[in-house]
Amino acid sequence: MTAPRVIETARLHVPAGSGLARLPLVACVVGLLGTAASVALGHGTRQLYFSWLVAFLFCLTLALGALFFVLVHFATKAGWGVAVRRLAENVAGAIPVLALLFVPVLLGLHELYHWSHPEAVAADPLLQAKAPFLNTGFFGIRAVLYFVLWGGLGTLYLRASRRQDDSGDERITRGLTAIAGPALIAFALSVSLAAIDWIMSLDPHWYSTVFGVYVFSGCVVSFISLLVVLSAAIARAGGMRGVVTVEHFHDLGKLMFAFTVFWAYIAFAQFFLIWYANIPEETVWYLRRLDSGWLPVSILLAVGHFVVPFFFLMPRTIKRRTPLLVGGAVWMLAIHLIDLYWLVMPTLHEDGPHVGLLDLTTLLGVLGLFFATVGWLVTRQPLVPLRDPRLPESLSFENF
Amino acid sequence: MPPLLPPSLPDGPTYGVLARFAGPRELLHACERVRDAGFTRWDAHSPFPVHGLDRAMGLGTSPLPWIVLALGLAGAAGAMLLQWWVHVRAYPLVISGKPLFSWPAFVPVTFEVGVLFGALGAVFGMFGLNRLPMHHHPLFQSATFERVSDDGFFVSIESWDPKFDAQTTTRMLRDLGAVDVELLASS
Repeated sequence: MTAPRVIETARLHVPAGSGLARLPLVACVVGLLGTAASVALGHGTRQLYFSWLVAFLFCLTLALGALFFVLVHFATKAGWGVAVRRLAENVAGAIPVLALLFVPVLLGLHELYHWSHPEAVAADPLLQAKAPFLNTGFFGIRAVLYFVLWGGLGTLYLRASRRQDDSGDERITRGLTAIAGPALIAFALSVSLAAIDWIMSLDPHWYSTVFGVYVFSGCVVSFISLLVVLSAAIARAGGMRGVVTVEHFHDLGKLMFAFTVFWAYIAFAQFFLIWYANIPEETVWYLRRLDSGWLPVSILLAVGHFVVPFFFLMPRTIKRRTPLLVGGAVWMLAIHLIDLYWLVMPTLHEDGPHVGLLDLTTLLGVLGLFFATVGWLVTRQPLVPLRDPRLPESLSFENF
Repeated sequence: MPPLLPPSLPDGPTYGVLARFAGPRELLHACERVRDAGFTRWDAHSPFPVHGLDRAMGLGTSPLPWIVLALGLAGAAGAMLLQWWVHVRAYPLVISGKPLFSWPAFVPVTFEVGVLFGALGAVFGMFGLNRLPMHHHPLFQSATFERVSDDGFFVSIESWDPKFDAQTTTRMLRDLGAVDVELLASS
């Protein structure tokens, strides 16, 4: 029931001269400096590769969350979020650069993954049984396949959506909707397998069938948080005014809340079954995280990744006040990073967390290079899918 | 915020005035004016949800979320307490070598009962706040009001509103573009 709105075309691009317009360059410099400092500081240490893996996974989960957001948008023919979909397309479109950022993980394969040592496998019947899957050759092939799939989908959706900006062809929307369903199935399987390959196999004796879903829930909650922060930052710089409204933030807040609960549900489901069955080969993973210096981090995760955001994000008034919602989103991004640290680092430091300078420099390095790419994509094209057939629906979207 | 409804429908010769509007746009406009005129005991009726009606009517937030939260937390706490009583007090059995108060084992039931009580709180809280079930309502006297489930958009202003006056309120609604306006008896 709102009157037609006129949106200045200047609002549909990142305003030139704003801080955001300089993001690609600044992020690129930070990324290169961070990477150089990491190599200088951590050359020849195992810590370098573990820190790099955490930073890489942080960016990867953001990008996979973005890809999921785009795919679900098309699969469900969603109208409400078209106004923010281009941002998701841009983040998912940056997946190819993650393939480059994955190279140090391959270089550090022997430092990171115990199963990659032939002499360790020779002495260990369990690893021998797992060798048909957990061997360096197949590991590399799978990594290539994941990146071909994710990078291909991310690039495909971004390019097609950009083509529609010029042509306004509705067949593009129908085509992307048709492949979104099968793509989601491939996405689910590949994310689950990648979580097993890159995180679970750090502890090659241990297994949990719900592990992939756990990582997936972190992907979505962290990306929705990033989307809130990005949209608010662009709105502050003067872009997308009148395009992204409090109604969109309200819905993003609901998704953040929902996936926070989903994360807790999956995290507890995994813990609960292992705790209940009490089989040593399964409990070893939790023992390391609960019966050591990692206990405070485990408690911090339960409180900070569930209890606090659960009550904070519950009221409508908070979801409809952008500064508060952005605060919640930054919190979720930070706690998601701690979650990944908690998944990876106990393999290296069994007694408890040891946060060092390398954790910071690798994070700056990977984040910088990743956001240089995202920023480059965001600044060089319109901020919204200009001629998407559902854009008018999204612009006039109201919750009540 | 004033209470949503008086404890019972008032006695008196008139229930209030009912006005029909041509469409959602007219209804929204009329609601804004009724709101700005300072009426507090009135309502809008439409066959489908109209976006922006909350704002046009100047409605505050509902107390329902607090009822849901309170009942949800009470349900969760009650479920945990019940399981503690069963496993620690009433039937202290050692199960698979675990402590009597093995709280992780109680979480699924605690969660489910919390959700159940929250959902019951939402449904019955909504019933209570709306004074449902209500078998009859003075608005049902109006034959045109049947169109509320078809194509009728209505505003009703109740006679116990401090601003209410049968003649001036009727005239105001006509001036706002009402198609039909009728005065309803309170029966």
